[in-house]
Amino acid sequence: MLLQARSLTKRFPGTLALDGVTFELAAGEVHALLGENGAGKSTLIKCLTGAYRRDGGEIVLDGRPVDPQSTAHAQELGIGTVYQEVNLLPNLTVAENLTLGRQPRRWGLTSRRGMRALAREMLAGYGLDIDVERDLGAYSVAVQQIVAIARAVHLSGKVLILDEPTASLDAREVAMLFDVVRRLRERGLGIVFVSHFLDQVFAISDRITVLRNGRHIATTEAAGLDRLRLVNLMLGRELEQATGHGRTAHDAGEELLRAERLGKRGRIAPFDLSIRKGEVVGMAGLLGSGRTETAEVLFGATAADSGAVKDRAGAIDVSTPARAIASGFGFAPEDRKTDGIIGDLSVRENIALALQAHRGWARPIPRAEQRRLAEDFIRRLDIRTPGPEKPVGQLSGGNQQKVILARWLAMNPRFLILDEPTRGIDVGAHAEVLRLINEMVAGGMSLLVISSELEELVTVSDRVIVVRDRRHVAELTGQEITTDAIVRAIAAPEAATEAAE
Amino acid sequence: MTGLLRRVAPQLLTLLAVLVLVTIFFPGFLSVGVSGDRLVGSPIDVLKRGAPVALLAIGMTLVIATRGIDLSVGAVMAICGASAALAIDQGWGLGAAIPLALAAGLLCGLWNGFLVAVLGIQPIVATLILMVAGRGIAQLITEGQILTFSDPGLAFLGSGTVLGLPAPAWLWIGAGIVAGLVVRRTALGLLIESVGVNLRASRLAGVNSTVLLLTVYMISGLCAALAGLIVTGDIRGADANNAGLWLELDAILAVAIGGTSLLGGRFSILASLIGAMVIQSINTGILLAGFPPEFNLVIKAALVLLILMLQSPRLGDLAAGMSLRRRRADEAAAAPRVLPEVRQ
Amino acid sequence: MNVRRLPLYATIAIFLVAYLLCWLQFPNILSTRVVGNLLTDNAYLGIAAVGMTVVILSGGIDLSVGSVIAFAGVFIAVLLRDTGLHPLPVFALLLGLTTAFGAAQGALIHALAMPAFIVTLAGMFLARGVAYLLTLDSVPIDHPFFETLQKAYWLMPGKGRLTLLGVLMLLCVAGGMLLAHRTRFGTNVFAIGGGQGTARMMGVPIGRTTVLIYAFSGFMAGLAGIAFAIYTAAGYPLATVGVELNAIAAVVIGGTLLSGGSGTVLGTLFGVLTMGLIQTYIVFDGTLSSWWTKIVIGLLLFLFIVLQKGLLRIGQLQRTA
Repeated sequence: MLLQARSLTKRFPGTLALDGVTFELAAGEVHALLGENGAGKSTLIKCLTGAYRRDGGEIVLDGRPVDPQSTAHAQELGIGTVYQEVNLLPNLTVAENLTLGRQPRRWGLTSRRGMRALAREMLAGYGLDIDVERDLGAYSVAVQQIVAIARAVHLSGKVLILDEPTASLDAREVAMLFDVVRRLRERGLGIVFVSHFLDQVFAISDRITVLRNGRHIATTEAAGLDRLRLVNLMLGRELEQATGHGRTAHDAGEELLRAERLGKRGRIAPFDLSIRKGEVVGMAGLLGSGRTETAEVLFGATAADSGAVKDRAGAIDVSTPARAIASGFGFAPEDRKTDGIIGDLSVRENIALALQAHRGWARPIPRAEQRRLAEDFIRRLDIRTPGPEKPVGQLSGGNQQKVILARWLAMNPRFLILDEPTRGIDVGAHAEVLRLINEMVAGGMSLLVISSELEELVTVSDRVIVVRDRRHVAELTGQEITTDAIVRAIAAPEAATEAAE
Repeated sequence: MTGLLRRVAPQLLTLLAVLVLVTIFFPGFLSVGVSGDRLVGSPIDVLKRGAPVALLAIGMTLVIATRGIDLSVGAVMAICGASAALAIDQGWGLGAAIPLALAAGLLCGLWNGFLVAVLGIQPIVATLILMVAGRGIAQLITEGQILTFSDPGLAFLGSGTVLGLPAPAWLWIGAGIVAGLVVRRTALGLLIESVGVNLRASRLAGVNSTVLLLTVYMISGLCAALAGLIVTGDIRGADANNAGLWLELDAILAVAIGGTSLLGGRFSILASLIGAMVIQSINTGILLAGFPPEFNLVIKAALVLLILMLQSPRLGDLAAGMSLRRRRADEAAAAPRVLPEVRQ
Repeated sequence: MNVRRLPLYATIAIFLVAYLLCWLQFPNILSTRVVGNLLTDNAYLGIAAVGMTVVILSGGIDLSVGSVIAFAGVFIAVLLRDTGLHPLPVFALLLGLTTAFGAAQGALIHALAMPAFIVTLAGMFLARGVAYLLTLDSVPIDHPFFETLQKAYWLMPGKGRLTLLGVLMLLCVAGGMLLAHRTRFGTNVFAIGGGQGTARMMGVPIGRTTVLIYAFSGFMAGLAGIAFAIYTAAGYPLATVGVELNAIAAVVIGGTLLSGGSGTVLGTLFGVLTMGLIQTYIVFDGTLSSWWTKIVIGLLLFLFIVLQKGLLRIGQLQRTA
């Protein structure tokens, strides 16, 4: 084995991000690392590349135990990494990026000719014919990825970790990148490939390792693996498992609003979506499939470039969040830390924020009223905080999520979008959030719930939309809603054809 | 109230320490007497001379709370002072001079706000433009002269006395109270802090950050206009070259002493005002204590360094003795931005 | 064409067009005399601006420059007055001091993880304050060596004088160009300006480079101080107030991105010359007032900042398309 990680453990306050994970990489293989958000993929990679210090376990490279202290150190040891967001400098030329830190010199000055020659040499064999003296930023992300790979391979030469390298590439660029990966495999490198695009995983990988909730779930040969089984491993659902169990049907009323051909180029293909009053619409899809993008165009966080949202009274302006909110929309985003909470402000202020922004600065909510509001929600949602004046950044993830829910409940919206409402929160809080969803709907609110927890979707949804490759590809209603059906829709098209065979 | 007191306690202690220190060297420093209908003495002098920086600090506090900075306030003071002096010079009277100056300040603020909020230019870069060009504009208005006037009304703003206290002192205290009430009795303060802490999350919660940023830069311009009026009134003339020169730095320093982080977020106008008084007490104290004024800058430099040390995130960690936290911070810094679903 | 080069071309074009317009109105302006004076009068600013360029390329800023120049003048004048030292060892001592001063600022910026703006603000107060401590008056310098330096020039064709100061500035620009564009240190500066986090991951020594950047700026400010002392033959603690602003303006007008990572030292030279040309024009005109300089410089700043912002947008669009 080229690289072995044995029983890696990494703790963060409140969570065990890696729980004794073992991972092996052979020379000359492409080994895919799969898992949903929070599965531990990036934590594992960061431990391997020295960006994080592990709390337990060992890393063995070429039979010798190693202890990477930093990304640069890992690189010296032989482990290079290329991230989705290219970690090179767009303001330097391709040659400068490739040779940074080891530029050839003549008489103490960097030699432009030498740099050019070295850069060309480093890029040789990648099938890339570019002017190395232009700024890296002038090239497409695909080219930048390949340059990053060339640098990493040149510096490290043993292990190459590709972390979501294809996330922003089109099909032709992916093919170009895979050509490069195949050549490197032939040269005997061990390549770790992280992606959430299953087609790509099957196209390039020799073996697949699945992580879930910080644990190692399975490592198998890619060739023998069927897609359905893989999705099940990732999502932690067994096909045989009873589905449709404990489902609550809501008394959905008339249509509340509809989106017609709403879309944004490069993010989500135009889609139609109808939401009825008092209905929960679930949205399923793998990470990066277009589910969050759907929420963002509906809420105005990304301005749509086609289509419209309408209700019975006519078109609704959702060009900015403030306007969407004025039309009775709410959105609890997936990334609570960067998009949800205002960390330094108190629980009280965070709860009152949306309501206050909607009323305008000149009509303040009296302090006593804010306090009452906050205390009310702290009680109703069981938010664990010493008091309403505690900075929200100091609460646990689940409680932060409840504060954001409280922010929107205080607005009493008619349509609320919840993006991964139960991600990263403990079991108790999880059940409470689901209870809350049912309560809200009973009160006549309409919800769009995005989740990778399929059982959760099955439990709460009246309808489930499945998103794949930035398109809405399927809609399941009533008895059709089972984890099995959702998984099939996510894994299609191949799974569907296999089933047909 | 106790919360407020706790918030400004470090600033009050700093002020107290400065006052005690100055009194040791110059025992008569704290004595206040009565001469005619007005109070006299060093504390009164501090209240008066500190007025321009205190006024600027009010606006600067709000701007810094949004993660911005306004380098142009000194130049804006010069523009507004020149506008007022021009109005008097042209015989339009005080009734035109003051509104003209305030309008000029608002306009300058609008310009800065437009560059920051609409064009999305970094605040330090955006306000640099007016910092450089502003003095030229002021000189254009005064045609390079020191425009002197003898209008008693405008002069009163700078050197008059009301109920025993100098008019500038009333002005900054009044402006401070109004600003404090406006930001805390309306939701402005909350929204400003929210934008300063997390702009993206605030937008997603429906906060109209564009209007908010425009507003704070306009408030800063307005404060600079008031400060410009005081300086102009005090010397009975508009000096486009020297009015408000380098006061932007003192104002930023006052905000920093006031404990408002230069990275935005929680702010306190009262603490900034105390900060302004700390600076002025040092200025006046050094003079009175018999030190040559040349020590002033060295002491200021030492003060800035001290504040920097206290505010530094790294030093805070060391002080807490938590190597663990340090490591986490480094990890966070070293970690690449791998947020798969967030793209530009 | 490389988009990054566009601001440099714009700078040069603006300078040439401005010169052309001046020439159409005052044919005399196109003479080696004017050019010689342009170089001599702006020598200290140009030297300081070279240091500032490197600082700004790294995404930083150095507000202490003007104060350091004033300190340098006072230091030289007082030392020459009170000791029997020859100017050369005094220069060496001074450059050592200002370099160490800059290095200390850089070390603080790195160690405290605080914005360069505030740290160098303290440096600005400190340098000016120390200058005050040395003397409050303007101290004349009447060392014979200074006269030699002042009178050193090469007579260009057309009776223009290429003075020692002008040559010193051009040498500094040339040196700065080599340093910024042809050394590993220079590439590291661009790398830090392009993104400190990424630069660290690519193995750039952030701490060492930051210290060196501010040390270089301190050195150049000291050298600018020497040039200013030669130019004025005096040391005055109130001199060169706000020169850091002019230097920053010259750098920005020279096409360097104020947020760092993109720009050229050569552009800064043209930025300085453009600013000097505006002043020369006003002198030639005779009726225009000096404040137009500031307004025009402000307009140029605005123009370049918006141009850079526009280029950034175009770059993004091109990549997404």
